[in-house]
Amino acid sequence: MRRLDGLLLAGVAIAIWQGLGWWTQGVAITAPLPTAVYLAGLLQTPSFWGHVGATLGAFAMAFAASAVFGLALGLVLGARRFAADVAEPILAGFYTIPKVTLYPVVLLVFGLGVSAKVAFGIMHGLVPITLFTLGGVRALRPVLVRTARAMRLGTWQTMRTVLLPACLPSIVGGLRIGFSLSLLGVLIGEMFSSQRGLGFLLVNGLAQHNVPLTTAVVLVIVLGAVGANTLMLRLGPR
Amino acid sequence: MTRRRAVLLVRAAVLSGAVLLLEALCRAGVIDPLTVIPPSAMAASMLDQLAAGTLDEAMVQTFTTVGLSFGIAVVLGTLLGSWLHASARVRRAVDPVLASYYSVPTFIFYPLMVALLGLSMAPLVVLGCLTATPAVIISTLAGLDAVPPVFRRVARIQRLGPARTLWMVVLPAAMPSLFSGFKLALSYALIGVIAGEFILSGSGLGYAISFAYQSFDNAGMYGLMLFVLLVAVTANGLLYAWEGHLARRRVQA
Repeated sequence: MRRLDGLLLAGVAIAIWQGLGWWTQGVAITAPLPTAVYLAGLLQTPSFWGHVGATLGAFAMAFAASAVFGLALGLVLGARRFAADVAEPILAGFYTIPKVTLYPVVLLVFGLGVSAKVAFGIMHGLVPITLFTLGGVRALRPVLVRTARAMRLGTWQTMRTVLLPACLPSIVGGLRIGFSLSLLGVLIGEMFSSQRGLGFLLVNGLAQHNVPLTTAVVLVIVLGAVGANTLMLRLGPR
Repeated sequence: MTRRRAVLLVRAAVLSGAVLLLEALCRAGVIDPLTVIPPSAMAASMLDQLAAGTLDEAMVQTFTTVGLSFGIAVVLGTLLGSWLHASARVRRAVDPVLASYYSVPTFIFYPLMVALLGLSMAPLVVLGCLTATPAVIISTLAGLDAVPPVFRRVARIQRLGPARTLWMVVLPAAMPSLFSGFKLALSYALIGVIAGEFILSGSGLGYAISFAYQSFDNAGMYGLMLFVLLVAVTANGLLYAWEGHLARRRVQA
């Protein structure tokens, strides 16, 4: 039943895509079959893999840094209620502002290149991971913390053996959101004044009226993002 | 109450301390004025541009686009959410789409929409709607799920029709969740529209920022950024306060 639903959904998506392709006669969107053919050709060019590598490299750095610092910040703030009360609205406010407007500042500070993309990815990914971790620590049953204290665990031991396992569900939720947002940050960085990466290919395809290229790159990003997200939903505790 | 006040006080101190530190570092020349200008200069530039009226056109453009996207997202999202809630079969099929929707950065579709609709307001409205609508759908579903079954039974005892049940019983009961969806929708619409303008467009506040960046007009760029951020923070803050007000009224009632 579930598998049938999935097939049905994929069928509907492809049908809509095909419809759009017919409607626009390939001026805006290439139909599924030609896109697949074009993509198959694209996958054999080394320069395409260079762009994929550039995006993946910047994204891996941004996500790793967001995860490490976000977790640490969330756990530290979660342990100090006053600091958390002070910081949480500031972080939540930063989370909701359109950070794209700040990208020129990032470019001015880090210069054109990989580090600007990575920094922008971190700006997007760090805050949700921090907020989710913080929320998880807050919702913790107080008896767990008291037990840790009764067993005279140090700060580090408390974090590793009590806080981290108990907050795992919200941490995984935060990592999932941080994952997609740091990808978003990296791609925005590439779409705006960059020479490498999938985001650059998207904008470049539009500028050169290379519709199959844009459609194929969109397909690659969608498949990659949905695949990674599904994997994390499966791995995460329910 | 005293603790609440202490938190507010420390938060204000942290924020103003950060601004003052930035000001001092810029004035002392530690930070190059070609990179970041002092906050006071940003504010002065913003006020200049507002007073001179150079932003009027971009403001009208951006706020109309955001307003349209937000309005469409709220109406469409609530309707689609109610429909999905009513038909379990479709909902089960669409569930994975909703679960992974926000893992795909929506604006990668923007170049396709520009090619489809031309470089105008239309692709930006579509982009804003694409970014904001699913948040409304998800929170509508969550809100409707949380309505206690006894409410619907009471509505049936009172012999209310479906429309009146929805309007008088179900929607008010689901309001908190709906409202948090609307809040998200506003900030998502704002982010989507400004990101679109920033990347590829010929008008609007996002475009003005990227134009100022590309013409090395640092003062103008920082003034614009400050303005956009203030607008975003104010809009979110107002909705946040209103939500708190609604929540308190519910507790009293």
